[in-house]
Amino acid sequence: MISISNLYKSYGSLEVLKGIDLNIPKGEVLSVIGSSGSGKSTLLYCINGLEPIQKGQIIVDDIDVHAKETNLNSVRQNMGMVFQQWNSFPHLTVLENVALAPKIVSKLSKSDALEVAEKQLLHVGLGDKLSQYPSALSGGQQQRLAIARALAMEPKCMLFDEATSALDPELVGEVLDTIRLLADEGMTMICVTHEMGFAREVSDRVAFFHEGKIEEINQAEKLFGSPKSKYLQKFLSKVKT
Amino acid sequence: MDYNFHWRPVFKSLPDLLESAILTLEVAILSMILGIIFGLALSLIRIHVKGPLKWFAISWIELARNTPALLQLFFFGFGLGAFGIHFSPFLIVLMGLTFNNSGYLAENFRGGFNSIPDTQIRASLSLGMNHFQTYTRIIIPQVLRVVYHPMTNQMVWAVLMSSLGMLVGFRELSGETQFFASKTYRIFEYFAATAVIYYVIVKIILGAARLMASRLFKY
Ligand SMILES: Nc1ncnc2c1ncn2[C@@H]1O[C@H](COP(=O)(O)OP(=O)(O)OP(=O)(O)O)[C@@H](O)[C@H]1O
Ligand SMILES: [Mg+2]
Repeated sequence: MISISNLYKSYGSLEVLKGIDLNIPKGEVLSVIGSSGSGKSTLLYCINGLEPIQKGQIIVDDIDVHAKETNLNSVRQNMGMVFQQWNSFPHLTVLENVALAPKIVSKLSKSDALEVAEKQLLHVGLGDKLSQYPSALSGGQQQRLAIARALAMEPKCMLFDEATSALDPELVGEVLDTIRLLADEGMTMICVTHEMGFAREVSDRVAFFHEGKIEEINQAEKLFGSPKSKYLQKFLSKVKT
Repeated sequence: MDYNFHWRPVFKSLPDLLESAILTLEVAILSMILGIIFGLALSLIRIHVKGPLKWFAISWIELARNTPALLQLFFFGFGLGAFGIHFSPFLIVLMGLTFNNSGYLAENFRGGFNSIPDTQIRASLSLGMNHFQTYTRIIIPQVLRVVYHPMTNQMVWAVLMSSLGMLVGFRELSGETQFFASKTYRIFEYFAATAVIYYVIVKIILGAARLMASRLFKY
C-alpha cells in the first residue's frame, strides 16, 4: 500500500531524513516513535506530498507520489492526514469544515456532503456541535473535528501526526476507539505518537526513529518487550519515567 | 463681520448637488471594486512571484502609497495627456483612485495573507483541494476578515479623495459645488453644505460596513 525506498529529505542544508526504507502493507497500523526533531512529522509530510524530497521514492497505492506527472490532489484524496497542530478552518462551522472537501473535491451533492459530514462527526462524538464555530471547541474537540474532516474523504489510508497529544485524558480513549475501529475496517494507518501505551496497543508494528533513520522496527510487543538498539532502550527508559 | 449668509441658492441647487454626490459614490465604489481586484493581484504577485513582475508590483505599491494622490490623478489626466492620450474626467478619476486604492489595499492584503498560518494551507491541501480551491475557500475568506476594517477605511478615503476630481474637470460633488459657488459667490454656504453631504455619506458607509460585518463574520 505504502512503500518507501531510500528516502532522503533536507530543509536547506539540514538533512532530516537520511535513507528511509519502509513497506506498509494494506491494513497495517504502523506507529512511529522517536525523540523530538527526529523527522517523524517530516516523513508524513513527504508521504502526503506536502514537502518535496531530494532522493528516493514513495509509492502509495501504485502511484509514485513525487513523480512529475502525478496529480497530488488525487493522491491526497486517498490519504487522510491529521496534524500535530489543530487546524480547523475558523471561518466555517463544524459541519461545513467536514462537508467542504466532499463537496468541492469529491463533487458530492450538497445534501450528500452534509450527510457524510454529519455521519463522521457523530462518529467522533461531535454530533452536538454541528453548527458551532471551531473557536467554541476545546483543543480535543478540534482534533476530533480534524479526524472527522479527514475521514469524510473516505481515504484508503490515514496519517496521524500525534493526533492524541493535544487531547484531554478522558478523550484519548474515545479517539483510540475510533482509530481501532478504523483498523478493524482495514484502514492502513501510520500514527506518529509520543504515547507508548497507544503504540503498543493499537499498532501491528512500531518504527523507532533516530536522527532521520529508522533505528529499529518490529512488532509492537517485540519492540517494546526486547528493544535491541541502545538508543531505543534509552528512549524507552526516558519516556517511561 | 458683515457677511450675510444666503442659504436659498444652496437649497435650490440641492437636487443637482445630490445628483453629483451619486457620481462621487459611483466612482468611489467602482474604484474600490477595481482596487480590490488589482490590490489582490499585486499582493499575490509580491508574495509569490520573482523577477520583473514583482518589481512592477512593488513600484506600483510604493508610488501609490508614497506620492500625493493629487499628483497620481494629474498623471492620468495631464501626464498622459501630454503624450496625446486623453480620457474623460470620469475615467481619469477612476484610474487615479484605482491606482491609489490598489496600492494601499495590496499592502493590507499582504499583511492579511501573512497572518494566516501555513498549517491552514497544509490542512486544505491534505484534503485534496487544489491551490485555487485552497485560496478561494480557505485563505481569502479569512484574509477578508483581517482586511475588512482597513478596506472600509479605504472606501471612505476613496469618497473623500474623489473630491480632487474637480481639479481635472470632473463634476462630482466637489466639482459641482465649485461650479455653483463661483456662479453665485456663495462660496462658504455651498462648501459648508457639501461638507455635510460628505459627512453623511461617510457615516452611511461606515454604518453599512458595520451591518455587513455582523452578517459576514459570525465566527
Ligand atoms: N519547514 C521547515 N524548515 C526547516 N526546518 C524544518 C522544517 N520543518 C521541520 N524542520 C526541522 O526538521 C527536523 C525534523 O522536524 P520534524 O517536525 O519532522 O520532527 P518530529 O520528529 O516530528 O519532532 P516532534 O516530535 O517535536 O514533532 C527538526 O530539526 C526541525 O527543526
Ligand atoms: Mg512532529
